[in-house]
Amino acid sequence: MAAKIGVLALQGAFREHINAIKKCGYQAFEIKFAGCLEDIDGLIIPGGESTTMVKLIEKYNFRPALDRFYKSGRPIFGTCAGLILLAAKVDNLAFCLNYIDIEVDRNAYGRQSESFESNIKLNSSYFKKPYDFKAVFIRAPKIIKASAKVQVLASLNSSAVLAMQGSILVCSFHPELTDDLRIHMLFAGMVKKSLNKPNTDILV
Amino acid sequence: MEKGTLRVKSGLAEMLKGGVIMDVTTVEQAKIAEQAGAVSVMALERVPADIRAAGGVARMADLEIIEKIMSSVSIPVMAKCRIGHFAEAQILQSLGVDYIDESEVLTPADDKFHVNKWDFTVPFVCGAVNLGEALRRIGEGAAMIRTKGEAGTGDVIEAVKHMRAIRDGISRVASLPYEELMGTAKEIGAPYELVVYVHENKKLPVVNFSAGGISTPADASLIMQLGAEGVFVGSGIFKSANPLKMATAIVEATTHFNDAEILARVSKGLGAAMSGIDTGKMDKNNSISTRGW
Repeated sequence: MAAKIGVLALQGAFREHINAIKKCGYQAFEIKFAGCLEDIDGLIIPGGESTTMVKLIEKYNFRPALDRFYKSGRPIFGTCAGLILLAAKVDNLAFCLNYIDIEVDRNAYGRQSESFESNIKLNSSYFKKPYDFKAVFIRAPKIIKASAKVQVLASLNSSAVLAMQGSILVCSFHPELTDDLRIHMLFAGMVKKSLNKPNTDILV
Repeated sequence: MEKGTLRVKSGLAEMLKGGVIMDVTTVEQAKIAEQAGAVSVMALERVPADIRAAGGVARMADLEIIEKIMSSVSIPVMAKCRIGHFAEAQILQSLGVDYIDESEVLTPADDKFHVNKWDFTVPFVCGAVNLGEALRRIGEGAAMIRTKGEAGTGDVIEAVKHMRAIRDGISRVASLPYEELMGTAKEIGAPYELVVYVHENKKLPVVNFSAGGISTPADASLIMQLGAEGVFVGSGIFKSANPLKMATAIVEATTHFNDAEILARVSKGLGAAMSGIDTGKMDKNNSISTRGW
């Protein structure tokens, strides 16, 4: 069975993720309603404005469906605003899905004038070619604490910027804004693997 | 580590897509906008409808207002400078705003030239009424485009006209044979490399929002269905009877722009939209969408 990957399409850069997933050779779908989560094997929560996304997630009652999705062991990948939503604790945001044990400061990297791009090195246990990933940070959230359960797949100036815990993958930058598919391929691999052995290694 | 690259500048616009950017003049309004789900606010001294009514010279807003708004919300804050007024732009950049709108809504400071936006690390959004104008602004370094519409009127017709003009321009350039691209670049007054980009990619190289006259959820849906990637709402929110309700409804309408059932639900019971001005009956001298060169 071919893996189907959904991208939460309430607001933000969802089209870029859909294009990246298609380039990886998988089917990709826009998810605008909670009911659509039943039909997919993996979910990407894209970058955008986290406060806007929280309003729409609450208004369209996504929380119960997202919790079921997570508990079924199907992988979720959050970039930037998506990372914020998946975290256990976020500075002054009341909403947390708490699927990955990280603490996030939304403003630590500063305003747009502090936004930057930088080459980072990926963890060689997960990537065959770990060098020179061009990471684009836009008003990026910072992971200020990660528990021992969280694996760090890349870091910048000693804070994690790409991290994984069980079925959850997060990054504070935007791999969908470059043509480099390595991180999307990693996520697609997680989805494929979870299809082959569903409901295993779920850490709840 | 590189700051202010085109990818970083246009990247923020990518993150605003599918969202609503709202004009605000006070901290209270900025908080209402954030609460309604705005992706960004435009900090102003007066909304366009009031700028029209007041007449006189419209300049960059009072910096204290902009600073207060910046410290009161977590979403990005934009501010406007006059066309060609690079000193206003330098001041706004040093203040740390997230985006500068080089805007025809303010009184132009230069009758021939726009700001050289490559000189700045802060990204710029600029208005356009057709493909040539959009590509000229991008050639000058704009990282985001918005159709101009006719700001402060609450009449959506000009926004529709400009959206269609850009869309038609793109499909025409995309369908031309290569040998006609240079002649077309000359004809529409656009940089040749950008005409080639549009020909090859069938889209603008940066995000394109719509502005100027959008004042109801139905207007937002209309302009999104015509191909806008997000909307600016200026006077439409805080000149309506119930700003929070109107703002929330326009946010939902922008996300679900092609879902008529949701549009019907959010459009109910909003109270009066801004009264507005029929642009067809407006004195042509009062049009501000003709500003920009």
